[in-house]
Amino acid sequence: MAVTDVRPRPVAPPPRAPIPPLRHGFLSLVDTRWSPYLFIAPFFVIFAIFGLFPLAYTGWVSLHEWDLGGAGAFIGLDNYTTLFGDPDFWNAVVNTLGMLVLATVPQLLLAMVLASLLNQKLRGLTLLRMGVVLPIVTSVAAVGIVFSQIFDRDAGMVNGILGLFDVAPIDWRADKWSSWTAIATMVNWRWTGYNALIYLAAMQSIPRELYEAATVDGASKVRQFRSITVPMIRPSIIFTVIVSTIAGMQLFTEPLIFGQGGYAISGGSLRQFQTLSMYMFEKAFRDFDYGYGSAVAWMIFLLITLLAVVNFLVTRRGN
Amino acid sequence: MAVRPRRTLLAAVVATALAATAACGGGGADSASGGTTLIVKTFSQFGYDELYEEYEASHPGITIKEDNIGKLGDYLPKLQQWMAAGKGAGDVVALEEGILSQFMAKPDQFVNLLDHGAGELEPNFLEWKWKQASTPDGSKLVGLGTDVGAQGMCYRTDLFAKAGLPTDREAVGALWPTWDDYLATGRKFTAAGTGAKFFDTAGGVYQNILMQQGDHTYYDTSNKLVIDTNPGVRKAWDQTIALVDAGLSANIDQYSPQWNAGFKNGAFATIPCPSWMLGTIEKQSGPENKGKWDVARVPGNGAVRGGSFLAVPQQSTHQKEAAELAEFLTSAKGQTAAFKAKNNFPSSPRAIDDPAVRDFTNPYFNDAPVGKIFGDSVKALKPVYLGPDNNPIGDRVGNALTAVQQGKLSPDEAWAKAVDDAKRLVK
Repeated sequence: MAVTDVRPRPVAPPPRAPIPPLRHGFLSLVDTRWSPYLFIAPFFVIFAIFGLFPLAYTGWVSLHEWDLGGAGAFIGLDNYTTLFGDPDFWNAVVNTLGMLVLATVPQLLLAMVLASLLNQKLRGLTLLRMGVVLPIVTSVAAVGIVFSQIFDRDAGMVNGILGLFDVAPIDWRADKWSSWTAIATMVNWRWTGYNALIYLAAMQSIPRELYEAATVDGASKVRQFRSITVPMIRPSIIFTVIVSTIAGMQLFTEPLIFGQGGYAISGGSLRQFQTLSMYMFEKAFRDFDYGYGSAVAWMIFLLITLLAVVNFLVTRRGN
Repeated sequence: MAVRPRRTLLAAVVATALAATAACGGGGADSASGGTTLIVKTFSQFGYDELYEEYEASHPGITIKEDNIGKLGDYLPKLQQWMAAGKGAGDVVALEEGILSQFMAKPDQFVNLLDHGAGELEPNFLEWKWKQASTPDGSKLVGLGTDVGAQGMCYRTDLFAKAGLPTDREAVGALWPTWDDYLATGRKFTAAGTGAKFFDTAGGVYQNILMQQGDHTYYDTSNKLVIDTNPGVRKAWDQTIALVDAGLSANIDQYSPQWNAGFKNGAFATIPCPSWMLGTIEKQSGPENKGKWDVARVPGNGAVRGGSFLAVPQQSTHQKEAAELAEFLTSAKGQTAAFKAKNNFPSSPRAIDDPAVRDFTNPYFNDAPVGKIFGDSVKALKPVYLGPDNNPIGDRVGNALTAVQQGKLSPDEAWAKAVDDAKRLVK
């Protein structure tokens, strides 16, 4: 409908009085009525090819026994039934959600603190603001490799520092808590600054008068933060929560690089840190169970949708 | 009126899409000059460049193009896509033995090489290598063997000297006729306190012992999962656990950065090394460690790990020419040339006995006579049947062993888990 707004009155046809030659009338009709659709078509065509079609096709594959030899028998929802009884799948769900919490909650809290600090009058403010977003420009792989060394069992820096306090070296890949911590650290390190920048932009659009009025009323800085800043930047918070959730559900590269070795895709000897997307990749491209891998992919999609809705409802309720 | 433009648009979109598909899907097997282009898909290094030139010279009208993907891990998903899509696999594909065993369940995707006169080539291959690529009834041959991962035991002479053990490869080989002797040597080595562990990780040693345990491993020859009833598997497991319990393992995952570094800084003194691993060891240890590594015979009776085949996919449009090329590349002459080029150890008895292979010494490994050591190892080996999900099951058993090394599971718990994982995988 926006189309009619943009082009003044082409749709409501003028009185039919001057009948132009037929050909001309047809072309102009095509032009006025259909060319707007043509202009916006590229997005939809590309989305259909690269978004919708793969989604549907993955669903189709997931209903089949599909291995190295190509499409096998149609087996309906068998893959999904197996999936629900598959402890490795649920383990991956728990791991993904666990790391999601560890990597999102501290990250967003820290980002908010950082943003409010950067919102003050400080020396070298631009430099500091640029500094916090610097980690985003490093490649995920580089972050993975460096942090894998920092959290190495034999020669890692963290174990070295712990050694100074007579703490025995930790095999970071051997336990859930330790591997989750290491991986969440990578994610937090990379994305905190990005979220801080979003919060900062939102904070700068809050009218100064509100704070002045609050100060006159005797509200402390903390109180001002809680009662003015947070409610005023709520849309940004919702945005960052949803985006972080989606990214967290797709966590792949960091744990994969952290895993190392020839069978890194299993995320540790007992799948301590195997995420959902790693499990999907393992089933489809390591075990060559393409149908099952597709079923996992669809479950990831559904879980993300579910989480996004929950996020949305929770964050909206506060309004 | 509204319908027509929509149709036109639809037609245009469909036409564009078709054009695009045609453009990417063609594959262009035939060159413009009317000759035949054969596309060979390989991973890692097959060392065929000179052979291609020779073949093109003796077969006018045939052009060979090799598409190489460096890592096996990157090659497999691609291969899967080509086979599933029914196009893109070219005319000759390289299949690693684990992946071949998965394809053996569906041999119809490949041309039966027996239809192209491969039958008479049987004496040219080690018996078990031939059997790996033929169906149980022998009516169909999927691939022709290229190389085999012949086993040796690589060891650090400097660390052995430090621990007061012999360093000469004959004497070292005499230390461990069996794996129990290997264990005893490991204890001696550990007691000497060099700071290094005896071997890198349980997974590699286990794989080696397992391949020495008779004619099948996780599957019997009728493709029934027998991981929990085959005494050979359990024996390999127990032997490996004994080595781990003695504290001989450095517990460093193979192909991890720590493993690569371990070669350089001498974190482990021995490693069971298939012939194709020598290149990796040389690269990771670096020139500064030249002459510190040496190769001795492996404990037990021979063993192989890895090795590949060439096959002609059914989707090839030049099956006859492709089969001829595969036969040429896997001939004794072809295998010898590949060995000279990239150290891929031949699976042809004639090539193994060829002086060019037999007398080959590796300067990096103290001039070790690797041609002879690996040749003896290969000939001593009995054929081993690998079932369809051999590789994924191997991955899971390896993980269970790692969990034991990490102290996360007791050996019994880990065994139960490995068996359970394998059963769930196979369903």
